[in-house]
Amino acid sequence: MSAERSRLERLLEQGHFAVTGEVGPPQGAGAEGIRHHTALLKGVTDGQNLTDNQTAIVRLSSIAAAVHVLAAGGEPIIQMTCRDRNRIAIQSDLLGAYSLGARNLLCLTGDHQSFGNHAAARNVFDLDSVQLVKLARDLGEPGVFQNGEAIAVEHRARFFVGAAENPFAEPFAFRVRRLAKKVAAGARFIQTQAIFDLPRFARWMEMVRDAGLDRETYILGGICPAKSFGALRHMSTVPGMVVPEPLLARMKGVERKKQAEEGVKIAVEAIQELRRTPGVAGVHIMAIMWEEMVPRIVEEAGLLPRPA
Amino acid sequence: MIVCERKPLPAILENLAGRRQAVIAGCSECVTVCHAGGEKEVALLRDLLLLARPDLELSTIVLTRQCDGEFLEALDSLAGEADCLISMACGVGAQFLAERYPRTWVFPAVDTRFGGGARQPGVWEERCGFCGDCVLHLTGGICPIIRCSKSLLNGPCGGSQQGKCEIDQAIECAWQKIHDRLEGLGRLDLLDVVLPPKDWSRARDGGPRKLVREDVAL
Repeated sequence: MSAERSRLERLLEQGHFAVTGEVGPPQGAGAEGIRHHTALLKGVTDGQNLTDNQTAIVRLSSIAAAVHVLAAGGEPIIQMTCRDRNRIAIQSDLLGAYSLGARNLLCLTGDHQSFGNHAAARNVFDLDSVQLVKLARDLGEPGVFQNGEAIAVEHRARFFVGAAENPFAEPFAFRVRRLAKKVAAGARFIQTQAIFDLPRFARWMEMVRDAGLDRETYILGGICPAKSFGALRHMSTVPGMVVPEPLLARMKGVERKKQAEEGVKIAVEAIQELRRTPGVAGVHIMAIMWEEMVPRIVEEAGLLPRPA
Repeated sequence: MIVCERKPLPAILENLAGRRQAVIAGCSECVTVCHAGGEKEVALLRDLLLLARPDLELSTIVLTRQCDGEFLEALDSLAGEADCLISMACGVGAQFLAERYPRTWVFPAVDTRFGGGARQPGVWEERCGFCGDCVLHLTGGICPIIRCSKSLLNGPCGGSQQGKCEIDQAIECAWQKIHDRLEGLGRLDLLDVVLPPKDWSRARDGGPRKLVREDVAL
């Protein structure tokens, strides 16, 4: 029988600086990779995100992946986007995910399908991410479907609902107002886009604190370790990501064989900076295709052992 | 207006394979204004088709409006003898022809692209998604349904940078524009309201739409 409550939620409520990680489901029907990555991450992170057809590339479903993570002893955070499902499918899938033991949910708009490998697909966007947060929250409390119909008390889906925010997108001044909408809609935790531009993140956090939002939601700063200069440069071209020039130059100046080491160092430094930042409740480490480095990064950041 | 674009000539010729005779029907409304299917374009298409297929017998006509039954009568005599009709109006016009002439093949010579307007000569931009429930009063006169690539109602996604949409640098982020305009109007407060999920039943999701107005009915 699955726990009634999310473990991640409990740890955040207890005031632990949380660490979450990410497991990218495979482009195929095999679950070995998910089990392998869960084994790598479960002892060093408090939750593992399962991406939902990230960058609009067809992958094993995030909900099915969450079942594998649970079986392997992990704490899944399912991601749900608005791109591929309308409100009927979203609610149905969320009820199913909860029935299978998933307790954490990250609500996202979703990358446009033009980035992926099925660019001719029709998109849905029946809801946006703010509306999705509210819908997900409502499935638990007050326990109603999007249309207002009640769900039996014993069959409500009480997810720990979160959302994403990107402090590096624009209009900059509006990002915090939009965050406030997500919090008002019911987002209890926030995972941010990967942070490379620490001063800009600090300015954003200041605005978040001024709005009092750090007291209403748990903010987990995004960390994306870069394996090489090429990887870092690629990230700088992803829409909504900002990698400052000095950081690119720093990585470029390191000899190729040692760039992975430098990537770890940059990630650890960023985590330490975030730990010092008032209002930051944790970090979300997105080391896709580099999952084996997460234990070391968490350890070097001084975040081990993880609380029970 | 309904913005249309002529199909490539090979696609039109393909539809004429095995046919000897056709009527090219233009329209004096939107397709005239957007240079896709007015008098000039009808004459040009005739010439191009004859260059490729000198054996064709082509007649031409430009109707006042193909999307209005009362103006189709002008086509009746030509259509009666025609092997097929090539409509240079939007998809509405082509369908009105198909409905009026049940035994005659009707082919579209244009693709109906979107509801939009001319920004400058030769440049048309989409402005309306025909959702049936206008929200422009909430968004400073800029439509998030059709101008945001994800039809978001509560602000920009994480891909908005330097005023551009994540899917293409040539597309302006609608939400940046909405934000800037409301800021200029001193109404940024409108953006703090969480807009509920839209009722899409007034859009095409509700099934084919029909509007009946008794005040103008005969």
